[in-house]
Amino acid sequence: MINELLFMNGYGVYVLSAFGFTLLSFSGLYVITKLQFAKEQNKFVAKFGSLNTDKANSAKLQRINKEILANATNN
Amino acid sequence: MFKLLEPNKIFQITSKAPGYVLFLFVVVLTVGLTEALILSPEDYKQSDAVRIMYVHVPSAWISLGIFSSITLLSVSGFIFKNKNLFLIAKSLAPSGFVFNIIALVTGSIWGKPTWGTWWAWDARITSMLILALFFALYLIAWRIYEKEEKVFKITTFITIIGIINVPITKYSVEWWNTLHQPASINILSKSSIHSSMLFPLLIMTAAFALFSLLIFLMKYNTELIKIKNKGLDRL
Repeated sequence: MINELLFMNGYGVYVLSAFGFTLLSFSGLYVITKLQFAKEQNKFVAKFGSLNTDKANSAKLQRINKEILANATNN
Repeated sequence: MFKLLEPNKIFQITSKAPGYVLFLFVVVLTVGLTEALILSPEDYKQSDAVRIMYVHVPSAWISLGIFSSITLLSVSGFIFKNKNLFLIAKSLAPSGFVFNIIALVTGSIWGKPTWGTWWAWDARITSMLILALFFALYLIAWRIYEKEEKVFKITTFITIIGIINVPITKYSVEWWNTLHQPASINILSKSSIHSSMLFPLLIMTAAFALFSLLIFLMKYNTELIKIKNKGLDRL
C-alpha cells in the first residue's frame, strides 16, 4: 500500500519532489519571515528599555507601542 | 475610508491573527494533501503525474493575483498619497515571489514526464519567468532605495510595467500555439475538470491562500515595528 503510494505508477519521484519543493519553500519563507519579525521586535524592546522615564511614558501613550511590548513579552 | 487603514488600528488585529491563520492553514493543508496525494483519482492520460497540478496551479493563480493586488495597491497609494497602501503591497510581495518560483519549478518537474523536457521557451512559461523577474525587481527596489518618495515612485513604475505581463500570461495559451495546455477552469463557462479533481484543487488553493495571508500578516507586523523603531530613535 505504502509502496504503491510512493511509486505512483512510476511518477512518484516527480510528484513527491514537486510537493517536497513546495513544502520546503513554505518552511523557508516562514522561518525567514519569523526571524525578521523577532529581530525587529527585539530591537524595539531594547530601544524601549534604553529610554528614560519621560520618553518611555510618552512612547507608551501610543497604543501600538504597548501592543508591541505586550506581544514581545508573550512570545 | 483610509482611517480604517491606520497602522495603529490595524496592528491590534494583525498582531493577534497569525496564530489563528497558522492553525487554519495546517488543518486545510492536511486535508488538501490527503485529497491531492491519496484520495483524488489519477488521470486517464497523465496517470499520477497529474497530482503535480495540485501544487502548480494554485501557486500560479496566487502569484498572478498577488502581483495584480500589488499593482492596484501601489497605484492607489500613489493617487491617494497613502503610505500604508505601499506597506501592504510591500508585505504581499515575498509570498507572491515564492509562489511564482514554486509555479515555475513544479511546472518544470511536471514538464519532464509529460512533455519530455524540463524547460521550453513556451509563451506561458516564459511569461511566468518574466513575472518572477518583475517580482525580483520590485523586492530589490525596496532594498536599494531608502528615500520614501523615490521608492514609492519606482515600485509603482515597476508594477505598472509588470501588470502588462499578467493578461499576456493568462491568455498566452489561447493567443499562441503553446506546449502548455489551455485553462481547464473557467469562471464564466463550464470547467473541463471533473469534480473529483476540482475539489482537491480548490482545497489546496485555499491552503496556499491562507499561507500567503500568514506571511503577509507577519511581514506587515515586521514593517510596522520597523517604523516604530525609527520613531523611538527620534524621541
